[in-house]
Amino acid sequence: MKVTILSENSLLILFEQDINPSVFNQVCQCVELVKAKLSVYIIDMVPSYTSIHIVFNLFKISGDELAKKLNNLADQLNNAEQTKLQTKIIEIPVYYGEEVGLDCALLAEFAETSVDGVIEMHSSKLYDVYAIGFAPGFAYLGSVDERIAMARKETPRKKVAKGSVGIADAQTAVYPADSPGGWQIIGCTPLKLIDYEDEALTIFKVGDKVKFVPITKASYLEMGGELAVGGQY
Amino acid sequence: MALEVISASFLALVQDFGRYGLQSHGITHGGPMDEHAYLWANRLLQNHYNDAQIEISLGAFSVRFTEESMISVCGADLSITLNDKPLALWRSHFVRPGDVLKFVSPKSGLRSYLAIKGGFNIGSQLKSCATVMREGLGGLSQDGQKLQTGDVLDYKKYQEELPRLTPQKFIPEYKTKLALRFIVNESENACGPKSVEQFVSQIFIISQHIDRMGYKLSGKAISTSSSGIISQGISLGAIQLPKDGQPIVLMRDRQTMGGYRQLGCVAYKDIALLAQAMPGTEVKFEPVLRQALEAELVTYKRFFNLTF
Repeated sequence: MKVTILSENSLLILFEQDINPSVFNQVCQCVELVKAKLSVYIIDMVPSYTSIHIVFNLFKISGDELAKKLNNLADQLNNAEQTKLQTKIIEIPVYYGEEVGLDCALLAEFAETSVDGVIEMHSSKLYDVYAIGFAPGFAYLGSVDERIAMARKETPRKKVAKGSVGIADAQTAVYPADSPGGWQIIGCTPLKLIDYEDEALTIFKVGDKVKFVPITKASYLEMGGELAVGGQY
Repeated sequence: MALEVISASFLALVQDFGRYGLQSHGITHGGPMDEHAYLWANRLLQNHYNDAQIEISLGAFSVRFTEESMISVCGADLSITLNDKPLALWRSHFVRPGDVLKFVSPKSGLRSYLAIKGGFNIGSQLKSCATVMREGLGGLSQDGQKLQTGDVLDYKKYQEELPRLTPQKFIPEYKTKLALRFIVNESENACGPKSVEQFVSQIFIISQHIDRMGYKLSGKAISTSSSGIISQGISLGAIQLPKDGQPIVLMRDRQTMGGYRQLGCVAYKDIALLAQAMPGTEVKFEPVLRQALEAELVTYKRFFNLTF
């Protein structure tokens, strides 16, 4: 890992710039170490696939001093390389029906399979939460079966409905709120992904694992899911 | 005891110091675009630095006071009047019931800050009332909305006090030619020295594409070594270089992550100057040493009694 100070009160830790479980495991371990040993200096910490961005309290520490402390942690990180972190598995119920899975048929064509085949490929994998960003509670999950790793739409939709589950290349994600977006939409979850009134705020955190569980239209509706949510161009 | 919004047709937002500690949930900092003017407005009233104010962009905003109190207005000169008489900026004033304060149109700068003694009494959301429209967070009704005609903001009654003035040396001049200091990004994911050379050797124009998320500049396109990077967290003031070679400086409501290479980061205190710049303003960037800026920022934070 390499620490670069970016501004008066922020710095960036870069790991090997390759998206893979081993690099990501290092990122997650480093996050835990920083939380355990240096949290007094930290205002905000954003981990992502291969990096950690930190905003620190300039009253308590300078960038140079914090960089030194982080580099010392790096030694512990290398020693701890084999340790597996305890991870939480979060199950997300998804209705993949055509009313909400707007691009399921398109994806089936892309993957040269049936819609059921797409559902099977998407819901059989366990995904890592690699990063949270773009919008509150928006989690970047990876990696999808390469057969359904379809690129984003050339023209993004003006509105993608809250709860929509999408695919963009090797990534999959759930839209926590209505927003514009170019991901290929294959289903919708009735779960609320972000709740400003709830202390936990979001259901994901970086390092968690996610499993999508197909549900029927009946249970989707029962759980509060909506059908008249179709995307708009 | 309240402030009535008589007319709000462009952009007036409730802001406090911002929402910190939640970036790992994808929630941005928000807060005042011109932190210097915002902090002075609170300081002139001996408020806490986090007390809620109104950030008025461009003008077209007027309010009526229903109770007496002390107010201050700092930042842009938006042709501001109190009961149709010009109001002096960067100082406190006494207001009486029925007084009407108007922000008309920009003469110099872009955003004014209206503070009231004790701060506006506004419910917070995730420990802040800073309005972030994109996230639906903060504001008068905790839904991320800008202020509307007919809105009513609660405040406490205060008696008349001697006015306080901002010393001249702290009052910035909003020029049409800006020089901004920046720290060069030296990480592996940065644009690299060749791009930085092209960046510092020209004058940019601030484009029409400016908002609370970012300021897009326009100039001779800067070339950069290779394509995108793996998305990473981004700092306030980060200068991103998208594929078109035209830099974007990221401001208060920026997304928490981005996948563009960066040239560097604008000095914290200089972000306030950029926040006041109109489209068409000329901007030049000067690389400086980080250590000097660090000392400057610590002094600034102490001066305003900030806690971090």
